[in-house]
Amino acid sequence: MKRLRINGHEVTVKDDATILDAARQINIDIPTLCHLKIEEIGYDNKPGSCRVCIVENADTGRLVPACVTPVEEGMNINTESIQAVRARRTNVELLLSDHPNACLTCAKNTKCDLQKLAHDLGVREMKYGGEQSDYSIDKGSKSIVRDANKCILCNRCETMCTEVQTVGALSMVGRGFESYVGSAYHLPMNDTTCTFCGQCLSICPTGALTEEDNTEELWEYLADPKKFVIVQTAPAVRVALGEEFGLPAGTDVTGKMVSALRVMGFDRVFDTNYAADLTIMEEASEFIDRVENDGKLPILTSCCPGWVRFFETQFHDMLDIPSSAKSPHEMFGAVAKTYLAKQMDIDPKDIVCVSIMPCVAKKYEASRMELSVDGNPDVDLVITTRELARLIKESGIHFTHLPEEYFDNLMGESTGAGAIFGATGGVIEATLRTAHSWLTGDDLTVVEFRELQGFTGVKETSVDIAGREFKIAVCNGLGNTRKVLEALRDGDVYYDAIEVMACPGGCIGGAGQPYHHGDMSILTKRTETIHKIDRQSEIRLSHENPMIKKLYAEFLGEPYGEKAHELLHTYHKAKPTR
Amino acid sequence: MNLDFEKNAEQVASYLVFLKTLEPGTGSIIPALQDMQSRFGYIPMEMVQETAEALKVFSSQIYGVATFYAQFSMEPKGKWRFDVCLGTACYVKGAGDILKKLEDILQIKSGETSADGLYTIESCRCIGACGLAPVMTVNGKVYGKVKEDDIELIIASLKEDEDDNVE
Repeated sequence: MKRLRINGHEVTVKDDATILDAARQINIDIPTLCHLKIEEIGYDNKPGSCRVCIVENADTGRLVPACVTPVEEGMNINTESIQAVRARRTNVELLLSDHPNACLTCAKNTKCDLQKLAHDLGVREMKYGGEQSDYSIDKGSKSIVRDANKCILCNRCETMCTEVQTVGALSMVGRGFESYVGSAYHLPMNDTTCTFCGQCLSICPTGALTEEDNTEELWEYLADPKKFVIVQTAPAVRVALGEEFGLPAGTDVTGKMVSALRVMGFDRVFDTNYAADLTIMEEASEFIDRVENDGKLPILTSCCPGWVRFFETQFHDMLDIPSSAKSPHEMFGAVAKTYLAKQMDIDPKDIVCVSIMPCVAKKYEASRMELSVDGNPDVDLVITTRELARLIKESGIHFTHLPEEYFDNLMGESTGAGAIFGATGGVIEATLRTAHSWLTGDDLTVVEFRELQGFTGVKETSVDIAGREFKIAVCNGLGNTRKVLEALRDGDVYYDAIEVMACPGGCIGGAGQPYHHGDMSILTKRTETIHKIDRQSEIRLSHENPMIKKLYAEFLGEPYGEKAHELLHTYHKAKPTR
Repeated sequence: MNLDFEKNAEQVASYLVFLKTLEPGTGSIIPALQDMQSRFGYIPMEMVQETAEALKVFSSQIYGVATFYAQFSMEPKGKWRFDVCLGTACYVKGAGDILKKLEDILQIKSGETSADGLYTIESCRCIGACGLAPVMTVNGKVYGKVKEDDIELIIASLKEDEDDNVE
């Protein structure tokens, strides 16, 4: 242990602590920008490059960066001296000298760390003129917009992409003033290993990485009287949307969200949780089919588009193990444009299917050609939770004063099993509930796996169903997933089923959700609410959803049958990338 | 620019053998790049992909390192590579004019390669031969106390060497 003084206060810290660690221990606030540590997911970015955390060593008079300077016994640190305060401000002013002064029109406006710093440190003028970067904005992907002009070279995105997610699409390129974060050989993101998980943009401190904005297209659709615009909302959206309106993290705003969507002018407001139940019907059937007919095991879930793209780009030899089931919102679209169209006597071409998702990869997924019926895409438009919040604000809706309403019929009813899709471990839990019930004939037991919940990268359990032991694994985060896949390939581990979610904590931690700024307690609260919704549900088994039963009886026939294959399943192919 | 595998079959084969001797990991990126640069004269995209797989790193990481160091070039270089030293001593002794003259004669700018693939002009900082300032190297061969008027002669001598080799 080492003792030092910060602003006259004595503090004792571990030997390997930095000045920043010591200051935080006694609630002294030192501003940071490039530095970000998220212990829960093993994320640690400290290049020491932005120099925003400058403090003064009172003994030597030297200015040192707090985030990378180790403490020394007897040190005297001053964070409030005029030199330190001015140095921090100057460093932000220098960052701003090569940053577009365009906050008012920036997608990150009011959510930007750099903007907040400039405000907090008292920057009141653009002090330094000089050369400015002039990069073209990369809008080549359907999910992520890259504007290198707004980049401050903090390296947060590269650390997330390469170290945590092991995707390796982004790297610091070039040197000096010419350096920027980009892909190898300036390749467009579509030609790289990018999975569009968007975790880079969820921790980007500025507007350099943002999601593709589809809100204007939505207004166009809603204004078109010929279009029948339906909307579905993913399980994770309802537990996070409230944060954008000042409600505490984890507030369940399902009813208000439904009201808001009606006010905005959607013709029908449906629920992806219904489609999650449908996914379970197919995935559980496929699982049982593989178990009973010596099929390929383990089965891997396939509802996360970031994960699908991950194995398509980096695990070409394992394309046959994930389930062929489409993701819930794509299944929803396929059913809406066939079954619903028939029931409501509407031409499928006039139906516009909009998905509200916690995810930016869903935008890319919706554009995949094979996820369509007769050339008509299953899903026409994907809007993130953040975009929805903005749309509600644009509409002038006073969100917190809205009444609680319920989803429309036919595709709005869901079970607790559908709800837990939104958090890590939920999909496999829902699958096992139904598989257990089908294999044992026991409809009363609701299997619950507390050990599969939470941020731990890889969680394991085994469950006895009808005398056979099933080994289960749950991965969240792609780096954790890589470890499991490589162990599987080498024959070091055996599992019967594996759930994979690309984002930390599952969809509740998706890149389309309100920014968490590194605070994982927000994600924990969202998760808790997801499980509360499940436990409070009257029906907690997907196959007992009466509307799902009706869908199979009236339209689809057998689960995993011919019609289901045509509409609800897809295929995966290797994507050559660099 | 695509790598011509037929023409470079030997270099590709020998590079892949060399690659096998490297330990996987980011620590081997620089040795791999140095070998590519000397074997191919530049860093071919196709070999970066091979390297990434062999070293279990990402091609973006290799590209990041390659673009950081001036010694690596992403484009093929000309047959004759002119390096004009712009270090302090050479600059004071008129290296700027030498560079300008070279650019005028070869009709390319510093950093560019002529369309026929014969000439590349580069500039560098101090090669440690300040006593000979201004200094220029052609494919590593040092020319000292260069005068503007010498340049035509130096280029001509390269052509002569070439012709001699053909005969």
